[in-house]
Amino acid sequence: MSHHLVVFDSVFFCYPDGTEAIKGVSFRITHGESVGIVGANGAGKSTLLMHMNGYLIPMKGSVIIGDLYLDKKTRQEIRKKVGVVFQNPDDQLFMPTVFDDVAFGPLNLGMSEEKVRERVDEVLKTVGCLSLKDKPPHHLSAGQKSAVAIASVIAMRPDILVMDEPASNLDPRSRRQLINLLREFEHTKVIASHDLDMILDVCKRCIVIKEGRVVADGPADRILSDRVQLEENNLELPLSLQRL
Amino acid sequence: MTFDKEYFNIGYLDRLSYRDTVIHRLDSRAKVIATTIFIITVISYPKYEVISLVPFFIFPVLLITLSDTPFKFVLKKILVVSPFAVFIGIFNPLFDTRTVTLAHNALISAGWISLLSIMMKFALTISAAILLVATTSFPGVCNALQRLGIPAPFTSQLFFLYRYIFVLMEEAMRIVRARDLRSFGNRGTGIKVFARLIGILLVRTFERAERIYEAMLSRGFGGNMPSMRQFRFTISDAVFVFLTMAFFFALRFYNITEMIGRLIQGITV
Repeated sequence: MSHHLVVFDSVFFCYPDGTEAIKGVSFRITHGESVGIVGANGAGKSTLLMHMNGYLIPMKGSVIIGDLYLDKKTRQEIRKKVGVVFQNPDDQLFMPTVFDDVAFGPLNLGMSEEKVRERVDEVLKTVGCLSLKDKPPHHLSAGQKSAVAIASVIAMRPDILVMDEPASNLDPRSRRQLINLLREFEHTKVIASHDLDMILDVCKRCIVIKEGRVVADGPADRILSDRVQLEENNLELPLSLQRL
Repeated sequence: MTFDKEYFNIGYLDRLSYRDTVIHRLDSRAKVIATTIFIITVISYPKYEVISLVPFFIFPVLLITLSDTPFKFVLKKILVVSPFAVFIGIFNPLFDTRTVTLAHNALISAGWISLLSIMMKFALTISAAILLVATTSFPGVCNALQRLGIPAPFTSQLFFLYRYIFVLMEEAMRIVRARDLRSFGNRGTGIKVFARLIGILLVRTFERAERIYEAMLSRGFGGNMPSMRQFRFTISDAVFVFLTMAFFFALRFYNITEMIGRLIQGITV
């Protein structure tokens, strides 16, 4: 299945204020892989993720999603394949009710109303939020908001799921529920987070970014147990490995 | 801090619309049409009209009873906004000093009558608007407007206003709290700091707007807000609109109060 490929080939990106956020990143993620992206604050993780759905376009190098080469013309198509869950669910949930919000993506894909209703019920059930259907997002708790934010993205049935700090602001139980939910998905997953235990639980592969470059790429259990390298990147051993 | 309190008040208006009564079940378009006609009829009265406005209070009172909305809540909301109306009419008694005769030969300047008229029109229109939102919910009103043919750019602005007023207020609340915790006595609460806080709030709003737009784009937003047909305009909605319209027109074009007065006099005399 070459359909769900994510390929970055020496991608370079510089913000208008001159910050060189990404300086030649290359990796290749194949179908069904779950990849954690870790690194210090300001290492370039979020910038990297914004390339995956074409919000940013690389200045040098290329990004290939599925069988499409990312440029201004293809980014609409790419957005249908790549679902991005943002860090702050308040930015993600912009419609007046949970139902409208989850229906937003599918309606934009041109699905019929009947199908949209089915789809909304289905994904809300998946994330365990069916009872919140008619509530406005501002009456939800942080955990409910992030679950609905994920529902609103998976409602579009993306091939690739990209998440930026999905577990921040969650209490331990909501976080655990999120982890279980993520493990069930068979999508290609790319998760940027400082929550290394979550990465260890959800992802098989891990990429370490430092100052806009890939400094390590390999199996998550190997990379996340390398204390020296993690500490060089302002990270520390996942708690679950510290006890050993 | 009254800010927190006001914030929860908005949420309350929201929760009122979750109820399930005869009025809540009406199609939101029917309610929007009825309320609009009500407001237009009320403001179409000339400036010295007081008596003819009285029967119009039946409409909000009826809505309050049928929709089970707390009367106190509506009254409070009216009082909160009333300074605006008072300032519009406050100078009328000073400038319009022509005297008119009331019953029992009491004299009063016409300005007071026009002030009273303004206040009544204000109370009527504001209570109708509050009741519309309390029984329909804000997004319901927006949806109705969209269905009635108001262009999408306007209605989507209203949607976003409603969605993000809460987020914005929370943001402001956090900034104000952070300031209060580090300012002692009056230091740090002056106008200079306040101006900067507003600036920060504005910048944060821009940043948020960008992130929201990004989120919208990544879910296939192409310029149009999609919406689904959730409402059906039934016979009872048509009856509601027809009856209210007939009632308003009857009040506007026939002097009902006088007729009732004559009738009562006819009975008693």
